[in-house]
Amino acid sequence: MKFGIVVFPGSNCDIDCYHVLKDVLNQEVNYIWHDSEDIEDYDCIVLPGGFSYGDYLRCGAVAQFSKAMDKVKKHAEEGKLLIGICNGFQILTESGLLPGALVRNKNLKFICDTVEVKAENNATPFTNQLKDGEVINIPIAHGEGNYVVDEETLEKMKENGQILFTYQENPNGSIYNIAGVCNESKNVLGMMPHPERASEAILGNGDGIGIFKSIIAFFEGGQKND
Amino acid sequence: MKANVYVTLKNSIADPQGFAIKGALNKMGYESVEDVRIGKLIEVELGNVTKEEAEKQLNVMCEKLLANTVIEKYRFELVE
Repeated sequence: MKFGIVVFPGSNCDIDCYHVLKDVLNQEVNYIWHDSEDIEDYDCIVLPGGFSYGDYLRCGAVAQFSKAMDKVKKHAEEGKLLIGICNGFQILTESGLLPGALVRNKNLKFICDTVEVKAENNATPFTNQLKDGEVINIPIAHGEGNYVVDEETLEKMKENGQILFTYQENPNGSIYNIAGVCNESKNVLGMMPHPERASEAILGNGDGIGIFKSIIAFFEGGQKND
Repeated sequence: MKANVYVTLKNSIADPQGFAIKGALNKMGYESVEDVRIGKLIEVELGNVTKEEAEKQLNVMCEKLLANTVIEKYRFELVE
């Protein structure tokens, strides 16, 4: 399976994602520079964490107009897999690929911690290797992770099983304890927690690897789980 | 043509920064201050365009980039 990791000026989790996919999971991985126009086809694109464009204006607001994002949008429209982690999640909401928005944490603090995250729906390309309702420990590191969305959209998302991860204890004020959501067709995931920072037991925590393994299992299975 | 663009959080979105500043103002002695909301002022030099064209451009700029209409509202005024 071939992964592409988009590198924006200010991305800082790109190398971690690369390492997990390449060295831990033995997948083919390339970096995609944000300014490239001629981008080859990938099976899954990763928008990594960090502070793209210095978080100027709003987190993720400027990155959505990077040249590479045209390709990313097309990729998602074709139904291919796309995952945004932390700043990547912010870029996905800013570009309209996911509903809602991420605003300043309720307590105004940048929170760097490992938190318990519950898998709410394991019938998706991103969660099929997790047990339904499984609680995993994943690090978070963000100042703007407070997910907001209007009530009507939230209800639709609940009905459609788009809320994939919730916090056991809400760290940032997110509505409905939301930590990660997917789009309606379930090929685009955005999440604030960093599974790539928790994908090797030898480094202290392997809980995040299930998300990447799910993506690979889904791709190799060749069909949607839902 | 120059424009001042004001971007503010929608009323339904909590503003913890504003809340903290309200507390500070109260502590300064302005006890009657009830609410503070923080927004952004963005000054845009539009170059040589007509008023009509400027308004058209600004609406698109605000919808697409300057404001996130999921959480923010915007208004602008042409200065000269």
